[in-house]
Amino acid sequence: MKKLINRPEDVVSEALQGIAHAHSDHVRVSFDPYYMVRADAPVTGKVALVSGGGSGHEPMHGGFVGMGMLDAACPGEVFTSPTPDQMLEATKAVDGGAGVVHIVKNYTGDILNFEMAADLAKEESIEVEAVVIDDDVAVKDSLYTAGRRGVGTTVLAEKICGAAAEQGRSLKEVSDICRTVNSRGRSMGMALTSCIVPAAGEPTFQLGDDEMEIGIGIHGEPGRERAPIASAKEVVERLAEPIVSDLPFERGDKVLAFVNSMGGTPLIELYVLYNDLVAFLDGKGLKITRNLIGPYITSLEMAGCSITLLKLDDELTSLWDAPVNTPGLRWGA
Amino acid sequence: MTVVYDDVLQWVRNFAAEISDNKQHLSKLDAAIGDGDHGANMDRGMQAALPKLEAVSGDDVGAALKGVGMTLISKVGGAAGPLYGTLFLQLGAATAGKSELNAHDWSSALESAVKGVQARGKAEPGDKTMIDALVPARDAFRDAVEGGVSLGDALQRSSDAAKEGMKATIPLVARKGRASYLGERSAGHQDPGATSSHMLLRIAAETWKDS
Repeated sequence: MKKLINRPEDVVSEALQGIAHAHSDHVRVSFDPYYMVRADAPVTGKVALVSGGGSGHEPMHGGFVGMGMLDAACPGEVFTSPTPDQMLEATKAVDGGAGVVHIVKNYTGDILNFEMAADLAKEESIEVEAVVIDDDVAVKDSLYTAGRRGVGTTVLAEKICGAAAEQGRSLKEVSDICRTVNSRGRSMGMALTSCIVPAAGEPTFQLGDDEMEIGIGIHGEPGRERAPIASAKEVVERLAEPIVSDLPFERGDKVLAFVNSMGGTPLIELYVLYNDLVAFLDGKGLKITRNLIGPYITSLEMAGCSITLLKLDDELTSLWDAPVNTPGLRWGA
Repeated sequence: MTVVYDDVLQWVRNFAAEISDNKQHLSKLDAAIGDGDHGANMDRGMQAALPKLEAVSGDDVGAALKGVGMTLISKVGGAAGPLYGTLFLQLGAATAGKSELNAHDWSSALESAVKGVQARGKAEPGDKTMIDALVPARDAFRDAVEGGVSLGDALQRSSDAAKEGMKATIPLVARKGRASYLGERSAGHQDPGATSSHMLLRIAAETWKDS
């Protein structure tokens, strides 16, 4: 294992200390238990947004704490859900009296821990609405699975709902907007390489030099199909076609196109992919009116990408454009 | 025929040691159908529970087990944290105030624990989860006790049933948790949660075999 770390067991705490040093203008970090809140929390009268999940997806979620996005983030161990005590303390620290939205990615661990935290917060008279993000079209949504995973749409939901909360919308309005974003966002990812969880010390799965994994999640969990490596153009088709046909997106729709790196894929390749995506969506009659390109929801050092499309309307577009000032995403502020 | 407070503590210590010794094995099983951290997470939780166990005074089995549950909830994360946390919390609630347990006490404690885990995780037998080890173990123990066998023998039957349930997860297609994302590809692998649950019951049988 080649990693720039000190000890595997210290990765999460040392990274948090680094964040505390680097971004004290944006966030306050608690080390017992682990969570971070925006520097001016709690914001009185504003609905607060709390998210969290395993570490290893940086900048999500901690990098999205700040004005116009999340009020708090709870980091778990690498690829492991955080725990209810963290979520409860974070929820209490950001509650400005208008209620708290928990944005939860659909993984069994995250769901169970956030459910326990919401139960505990309710006992302390804090109103909590949980919204589950499950946008990964690679996973069959059926009664016989844990349902679709929460992936790229999470980033878009955190930005858009953060803007809605900043405008003073109610708990119900903010959580409804969050559900709308989830219902209109679809994603799919792929990997060229595995990643190495520091505590495990070896790759989570093996991929041959000439292979790729289609439908990968963000935790190094294997995807649904292994295939011979293909061109960027073909990868875009294999990811975007199931996305477009799933919602379905229809001719004339305006979309936000999010091309994400899994961590190891450089920006130059993301632009190659984006170029192919523009052509592909043009052929489908879809118009990209907003985009986001870069590593925002990663899987450690995994090489690969994911594509997310979100169907926009005027309201979502204006919430997307609203000012945001976080370590990981910043414009208009 | 009873297990006393110290026996219960010894069971928890032995389980922690077993998890430690097998953490790579558990993580390997998890890597095949999940994300490869079950051993590391369980080990972190059990190691955190040990000092708290030593710090408890008195001889209330329920309080000690509840303490283990609370520690697991705050230290393990993932799905295993709430699920094993709930298991121990329910064992604790069922044995609250007792300084020793007879076969009937353990039977009703197992009953509550399995019920709690199912309420939290909503898994049924056959979903390829820890429930596949826990449900047969609970049933085998109850049947053995109702049949009048000794506590030690009943524990052994419960452990054997957990082992069978664990092995029976191999051909199953997972329907809960991360493994369910693999669909048919999850078949052919033993479920890591069922494996750690079998350990829990096997260690009980080994630790309390002379009871």
